[in-house]
Amino acid sequence: MEKILAIEHLSKTFVIHNLNKQIEALHDICIDLNEGEFVGITGKSGSGKSTVFKCIYRTYAPQQGCIWYHSKKFGLINLAELSERQMIYLRKYEIGYVSQFLNIMPRTTARELVKQAVLEMGYEEERAELEAVKMLVHFELDQELWDCYPGTFSGGEKLRLNIARAMVKRPRLLLLDEPTASLDPASKLKVRELIEQLKKEGTTMIGIFHDIEFMENLCTREYTMREGKLADFEL
Amino acid sequence: MTEFELPVLSVSNFNKQFGKGCPSCKDSNEDSLKKNYCPVCGTVYACQDITFEVYAGEILGVVGESGSGKSTLMQCLYFDQEVSSGEAYISSYKDGKRDVFAESSQQKRYIRNHMMGKVYQNPLWGLRINFTSIGNIAEKLIAAGNRHVGKMEARGKELLEHVNIPIYRMKEAPKNFSGGMQQRVQIAKALSNNPPLLLLDEVTTGLDLSVQASVLDLIKTIQRELQITVIIVSHDLGVIRMLADRTMVMLDGRIIEQGLTDQILEDPQHDYTQHLVQSLL
Repeated sequence: MEKILAIEHLSKTFVIHNLNKQIEALHDICIDLNEGEFVGITGKSGSGKSTVFKCIYRTYAPQQGCIWYHSKKFGLINLAELSERQMIYLRKYEIGYVSQFLNIMPRTTARELVKQAVLEMGYEEERAELEAVKMLVHFELDQELWDCYPGTFSGGEKLRLNIARAMVKRPRLLLLDEPTASLDPASKLKVRELIEQLKKEGTTMIGIFHDIEFMENLCTREYTMREGKLADFEL
Repeated sequence: MTEFELPVLSVSNFNKQFGKGCPSCKDSNEDSLKKNYCPVCGTVYACQDITFEVYAGEILGVVGESGSGKSTLMQCLYFDQEVSSGEAYISSYKDGKRDVFAESSQQKRYIRNHMMGKVYQNPLWGLRINFTSIGNIAEKLIAAGNRHVGKMEARGKELLEHVNIPIYRMKEAPKNFSGGMQQRVQIAKALSNNPPLLLLDEVTTGLDLSVQASVLDLIKTIQRELQITVIIVSHDLGVIRMLADRTMVMLDGRIIEQGLTDQILEDPQHDYTQHLVQSLL
């Protein structure tokens, strides 16, 4: 199997100027990800799981270490040193990010939200409509909700919309940041089914999860984080 | 790594100062300046050593406090002001090989009329407030070399429709319009010559929330449909968050930080940027 992502000795410290403080969030993280794999990361709140993701997605500026990613467009590249324009390209075409919070665009309906993701990639209006509807059906979002503003949706609906928006682009690499947090068991099950299906379709995924039960039988491998470091054992 | 795309506009080492400068501030030694002001001779260094690039179809945000040089930068890009030094290249102008700051005023007018559109914070600056709305658009079209009245009128109508100004009011002067409508006429005017580069200077400041929303939606739609490059100056981080792919932060005439918009907002590096982001309501 080909390696799609290799994080090598990643460290991240936040410098907060007005408090004159430095917070070390990550220390010497090494994580590997092969194509088609689903790797899980567990750990307590504040252990740095999301920080790793945000470094990969470049929402946080990484400081030390390399994040090697095998891009279709650019070949093997270090995400930590990539130009912003290249990162924008990868976000558009190759790397998807699903957070536990839906980043809603004001005055944009659910259908538009998913459609925009396709339009962004340069597809025509009709194609975007087609793909968006396909996704909304696939993720079983109530048809009545398609033309409503997602601000009023329930947690589970928002989450499914969030995944739909990320998946409609068919990213090569999908980052799932606690996609089951604050969901009821039935919705969790649905998300699980979705993830299983994505796995079958060959999407490479890395996910953060709180409940270990959920992860079991789903992940190929697991990493555990503790206080910004990787715990020594790997399940 | 070689770049995979070419910038639409690239600006390098651009400076703008108001005043002659004196021996104490001429070397642009930061210590001799009070913010961007020389206490000895009163020279204001409005923009200092600005270097950046903008790419096709991208929205670049510029944030910073009042007096940080954002508007001066925009004015110089639109040739409203002469630059003190620096170079700028526009890919669609002579294959991006000529420094546009160094061109003759005639050429600058050509570039401005054919390749740029600008929307000012105050509609009074961008519109002839007593002309008809369609006349305002025609003015820009004539400047860009159009002479066919019928075609210009058709284009004007199309644009006004696009920005939601009722056609039956096109012969009215913008002075009769509300602030939001004036701003939309300005946008229509700025877009009339299909500019590859659109400069927006605090376009939503002073508009009420719902009008602000409609102007922002309009900008977003237009940008996506026409794939134009936009530089947007704002001190409203919400506007920047919604629109910009990348953001530059300015302070005292300098770019102190630039990056992906979400990175600037979530992981600001510079002391001032952290302060700015923490000031978000």
